Amino acid sequence: MDFLNALIQGLLIGGLYALFATGLSLMFGVMRIVNLAHGDLAVVASFLALALISGTGLPLWIVLLVTVPLFALLGYLTQRVLLQKSLRSGPPATLLVTFGLSIVLQNVLLETFSADTRTLDGGSFATGSFEITDSISIGYLSLTTFVLAALALTGIQLFLSRTGLGRMLRASSDDPETANLVGGDSRHIYGIATAIAFATVALAGLMFAMRSSFDPSIGPSRLIFAFEAVVIGGLGSLWGTLLGGMILGVTQSIGSEIDPALTLLAGHLIFLAVLAFRPQGLIAGRKA
Amino acid sequence: MSLLSIQDLTVHHGQLRAVDGFSLDLDKGEVLAVIGANGAGKSTLLRALAGLDRPTSGCIRLHDRDITRMPAHRRLSAGVALVPEGRRMFRSLTVEENLLTGAYRKRPGPWTLERVYELFGWMADRRRQNASQLSGGEQQSVAIGRALLSNPDLLLIDELSLGLAPVVVRRIYEVLPGIVGSGTTALIVEQDVSQAMRVADRVHCLLEGRSVLRGRPRDLSAEQVEHAYFGIGIGDVREGQD
Repeated sequence: MDFLNALIQGLLIGGLYALFATGLSLMFGVMRIVNLAHGDLAVVASFLALALISGTGLPLWIVLLVTVPLFALLGYLTQRVLLQKSLRSGPPATLLVTFGLSIVLQNVLLETFSADTRTLDGGSFATGSFEITDSISIGYLSLTTFVLAALALTGIQLFLSRTGLGRMLRASSDDPETANLVGGDSRHIYGIATAIAFATVALAGLMFAMRSSFDPSIGPSRLIFAFEAVVIGGLGSLWGTLLGGMILGVTQSIGSEIDPALTLLAGHLIFLAVLAFRPQGLIAGRKA
Repeated sequence: MSLLSIQDLTVHHGQLRAVDGFSLDLDKGEVLAVIGANGAGKSTLLRALAGLDRPTSGCIRLHDRDITRMPAHRRLSAGVALVPEGRRMFRSLTVEENLLTGAYRKRPGPWTLERVYELFGWMADRRRQNASQLSGGEQQSVAIGRALLSNPDLLLIDELSLGLAPVVVRRIYEVLPGIVGSGTTALIVEQDVSQAMRVADRVHCLLEGRSVLRGRPRDLSAEQVEHAYFGIGIGDVREGQD
């Protein structure tokens, strides 16, 4: 029964990993940008929520409703102002820009909030759970996180498959020049893609912040989870990313069941195994 | 007033002067074919017209409006659509989704999804298929349908016959009168000279970026075209009875 419990907990956290990785996958799929600041952006969202809560005393769910759209707007502007210019100079330039952004964000956080480790207090909601059987209990927070992640991923999938703009996003990912020819303004399309990426990373960052502690320098070690989920699932596929997140979550959870010290290592080993034996990922092809 | 007026257009491809002082007037409802050998500058000309390549000098006017410096995505709204060389399907999209990308800007006009499906009878049945699974000729038809859905005033077609069997090419060209009949003007670039002569009202022959022969197909002899095409004994621009 312990393993069943581990499996369920793994799947639940896997949803969060998938949500966190979606932005990375989307930005790479549409613009071929590997966003090295992805993890730091999640941490920025955590600190922003912390500041909002301690500064205004607003309840957590309102802070969530403010932070996510704010990040979407921030994403759009970041793309238009910062990343768009570097795109013209090729992949190394965008990599350097996001790397620089990562360092700047970490240091701004350090300057503003000090190096202390913080948590976002979700109250009884974050610690409460309900029991299914004697050995299986599901945390409210884990379940909510999973549901939110599933809703966000479904929403993005519907947007990509049903709307004209979403279709253009996929078209642009296939062939940017031809997307331009049929009337797609790549700057706007890229802005939208980055806005979605930032919104999801903010949501994921807030969820991480309620589950575990964070500090200004934790971004890169979070980023690894996103990379692993994306690579395990298959680059550029949204469903692949979901699967990748689940597999990573389950592996870590089962690993920790065997030995708590194995948690992270188990995830990395699965990641390496996929890279070695199925480098295109479990769901190959760029559908999303 | 002509629909499209190109004056003294020069486009560089790196150091190469790919299009050199090219001029052209095109009236509404005409089909004009630009022919020429490989590397004559035909595709560069079309790319400049669609806004993908920036001209060095010269002027492009559509409906008497200067569009020389207009970016590609805005030219579609102005009424220019390009069927690019190599068809350029969005390969992760279905046939129908490929077509619908053409309607992204919602330019009003006679062309709808239904009309494109009427034009190419086979397409409706296969609309849920991935575009990358189609044959070359089918992809070419989808590329034309995609351009039509933007309801262009000026349809540019680049190397339609490239890599396709002659019988397939002929079948695709059969839809051209229907397209022009709906009020669209067509400028096609074609390596297959006999095909171009068959469908076009007028032809221009390009050689090293310059227009070396122009006229109506019936006024031009095979020898004239051949000489212009390969650049034999070309001094000045020759005129057929225009």
